[in-house]
Amino acid sequence: MTNRKTTFWTIVFGLALAVLAAPLGAVALEKKLVIVTSYPPDTTTTVKKAFEKKHPGVKVEMLKKKTTAGIKYLQETASNNRSDMFWASAPDAFEVLKGDNLLQKYKVKIKGIPKNVGAFPINDPEGYYKGFAASGYGIMWNTRYLKAKKLPAPKTWADLAMPVYHGHVGMSAPSRSGTTHLTVETLLQGKGWEKGWAEWKAIAGNFKTVTERSFGVPDGVNSGQFGLGIVIDFFGLSSEASGFPVKFIYPPVTTLVPANIAIVKNAPHPKAAAAFIEFLLSPAGQEVLLDKKIRRLPVNPATYAKAPKDFPNPFKDKSIGSAVKFDLQLSKNRYNVINSLFDVMVTYRLNDLRAATKAIQTAEAQMGGKKNMAAKKLIDEAKALVAKVPITAAQASKKEFNAIFKKKRKKATTKVTGRQAEVEREWDAQVKANYAKARALAEKAASML
Amino acid sequence: MSLEAMARGQWGPAAVGLIVGLFLLAFLVVPVVNVIYVAFQDPNTGALTLINFVDFFRNNLFQESAINSIYVALMSVVLASCFALPLAYFTTRFNFGGAILIQTLGVLPLIMPPFVGAVAMLLLLGENGSVNLLLDEWFGFKVPFMEGLNGVILVESIHYFPFILMNLSASLNNIDRSMEESAQNLGASGMRLFRRIVFPLAMPGYVAGASLVFLKVFDDIGTPLLLNINNMLAPQAYLRIASIGISDPMGYVISVILVIFSLLALWTSFLALRNKDYATVQKGGGGLMKRDLRPWEKAACYGVVVFILLLVLSPHFGLAILSLGTVWSFSVLPDAYTYAHYLRVISDSSEFITNTLLYAGLAAGIDVVFGTAIAYIVLRTGLAGRQWLDYAAMGAVAIPGVVLGIGYLRTFYAFNVPIIDKPLASWWVIIVVALAIRRLPYALRACMAALQQLSVMLEEAAENLGATKGRTIYRVVVPLMSGGIVAGFITSFATAAVELSTTIMLVSQESDAPLAFGIYEFMQSAAGRGPGAALGIIAVVIVGVATYVSHRFIQRKETRQTPDMAIVAGV
Repeated sequence: MTNRKTTFWTIVFGLALAVLAAPLGAVALEKKLVIVTSYPPDTTTTVKKAFEKKHPGVKVEMLKKKTTAGIKYLQETASNNRSDMFWASAPDAFEVLKGDNLLQKYKVKIKGIPKNVGAFPINDPEGYYKGFAASGYGIMWNTRYLKAKKLPAPKTWADLAMPVYHGHVGMSAPSRSGTTHLTVETLLQGKGWEKGWAEWKAIAGNFKTVTERSFGVPDGVNSGQFGLGIVIDFFGLSSEASGFPVKFIYPPVTTLVPANIAIVKNAPHPKAAAAFIEFLLSPAGQEVLLDKKIRRLPVNPATYAKAPKDFPNPFKDKSIGSAVKFDLQLSKNRYNVINSLFDVMVTYRLNDLRAATKAIQTAEAQMGGKKNMAAKKLIDEAKALVAKVPITAAQASKKEFNAIFKKKRKKATTKVTGRQAEVEREWDAQVKANYAKARALAEKAASML
Repeated sequence: MSLEAMARGQWGPAAVGLIVGLFLLAFLVVPVVNVIYVAFQDPNTGALTLINFVDFFRNNLFQESAINSIYVALMSVVLASCFALPLAYFTTRFNFGGAILIQTLGVLPLIMPPFVGAVAMLLLLGENGSVNLLLDEWFGFKVPFMEGLNGVILVESIHYFPFILMNLSASLNNIDRSMEESAQNLGASGMRLFRRIVFPLAMPGYVAGASLVFLKVFDDIGTPLLLNINNMLAPQAYLRIASIGISDPMGYVISVILVIFSLLALWTSFLALRNKDYATVQKGGGGLMKRDLRPWEKAACYGVVVFILLLVLSPHFGLAILSLGTVWSFSVLPDAYTYAHYLRVISDSSEFITNTLLYAGLAAGIDVVFGTAIAYIVLRTGLAGRQWLDYAAMGAVAIPGVVLGIGYLRTFYAFNVPIIDKPLASWWVIIVVALAIRRLPYALRACMAALQQLSVMLEEAAENLGATKGRTIYRVVVPLMSGGIVAGFITSFATAAVELSTTIMLVSQESDAPLAFGIYEFMQSAAGRGPGAALGIIAVVIVGVATYVSHRFIQRKETRQTPDMAIVAGV
């Protein structure tokens, strides 16, 4: 009841404000602004300093949380909200908050931001969250590492599945990092369910490790723990700008998605929050994104004029991020299932997967140009076993099936059959057996050559 | 003693016990029960059930995780003992130059957040770290120090061995010299003296330290995760909660299992010490009789000490180099050196440092007061339910930090603190409370060990001479326990200063954040690795200085006490 009342007054107040703001130009802002963000201090302090310079009266508090933890924090604290804004990369995180009715609509006043970047709309069509930068996913590598190990530089996702890269690739898990989730989903949408998973597992067979945080990947590449990593662009670009001997490229099948900002419902400082969005989208704010510690793609095409040489420009270079039309609804429908599948098949069974992949690669290397139909058949069988996914695409998007993986029961009476742990146990048993069998088949094939 | 005096004597401890009990109930039991309850809920219907445990035991991955966790914890205790025993024995047994310095350096590994230690260890000892790059270049082979579970065992034992070192040293220092003299008079010497007299007498300290190491390793989350090891119990619990959501029951089931295992370990350590009387009537003047070493013995001992110190301090060397280096990538050492990281940290982040000193200091203060109180109540009074205080306080060691954090958010968010009008869960004081709860077991173990070694006859003597219970505690018990109390304070303070897993859940605004949180934030970006390392070094220096000062304090106290003791003994 009180909640609704406050919302009502916020809206009335907001409207009154909007009317007043037009003639007066500048409005007195609140003295404080609390932003929940997943960004590192390199981004937050730089933007904060620039904003506070523009609006000297406002003190910005950055509250750093991992994206998933940030969502949880806003959910747990909604009854007594103290946060003004949520500022993070993954659009799906904002979808979750929107679905829980935790965001506040806002209409941007700044002009000059296009509708789309790549194939993706920059702003939430319903007006709850705004894109302020674009991000794509790609491959980064350590040039010293590749040189020392005499490895070629990759160009596409499929390259990462080549035997030369065995044990040299790193990636985070989609369940742990919203940005990684998007990468996995993009390839699945771009290549289709079966082919997409087959490619992911072929790449994962070359993994050195699955890192716990998304930043673990650039960190590992920067320090040379592994040679190549699958990362979001600004990790690669800012590492390069910070002087590390690394390179970053966008493979053809990537998607550009906006990184977003939104005002939280019942924000204690709505005016300062609005000013922050306007600032971030203004030319001054967009330019801050080019800082060499940040290196994000601005959403205002005009800003690229000030970018360093060779800085990717998705508004000019149409090859970046336009190959896949990302289906946000599809991604949302199977979000938790994808997380769980990836963990069961890759993260927790990495050793088995790696062993099977190594066996297949060895057998194929021995095969070389030789003609041996029996061995070839065994190798193909082994490959199919590794690629096998416990469920079909249709099943993965099924509503009833997804309910098992839902984070929250809406009501105590909601009936769901099956438990996540039970489903995962069945998958795990299948996957483990498949990997073991694939390895045995490949070894048998190798012995025949 | 008259009944009246008895009643009067018990009244104070009962009140104190009640306060401590209520504190533990509100800030440990309730939040944890709030969370663990989920483990027994059917995820679909919300009804009470054991089905989640059935799922757990039938899952291959979880079985594997349990075995890995036990293996890693046991191996870490073994390796940590190898580090701690020589350091503790040499410095307490012999006249050894630099004993205080060695003791202080030996504590340093504790005061680095484990995730920072792992970063540095990877740079030095990882597959493409400095050591392996050199080995590969010179000899053409690499040593898998950090591969798989090896890495976890190495990092954990380096990080936690100070628990054994400190508790064992305190015990050795408390051994009655006359015991040793009697043994020598009866003809024992060398190894036999150590094996039959010295080590058994120091057993409470060793067992206290070793059980702490086992417990901490068993439920550490940060280290395995940073090394990307998922197949262990605690990381599985964290991953379930962090990635599936706080209403997924498996995370809680694993938490319950962790708690059960940890309690089992504690129980085993109780059994090991049961039915043995470790108390000595007189507190040894400076512990064992120190003897001089022959030159070649001295050289050998120094060799061992230096080797151990080099190894256990390698994370610090790595971190120091990282904090001064520009770019360090796939090379033995950084490309160039700079002070810039320190300048940036000092100008931007001094808040983190003051917050840390405040939080860790308050938390450690609470811990030693409660630790002493609980130790006294458990060992010296007949209060009903006194063992439960001990169990509850020790139980905190078995509660994963994330679970406590979530429990606090769930329990205290709806509760607004009067006057400041803020939810309790987002007030900085809750961070202090969480740290105090998380570190109470360390202080408690140290206080327990100290009191166990103190004969009750001394107190009876004081009371016979007319001192009240309160005066006896104040003038006799606490001063004689001071070694253990200070050890407890240091352990609590130093480890609270670097704790992350609970604080990361509870920090609600940056101006309230402590150092470990700041380091963690910095370490999340490419350009932030250097400044993060610089902040880490600053943390180490601050806590290191605090520890050194405390050691000096204990030493001075002991040398002051010794003459009095000698007179007493002489009379």
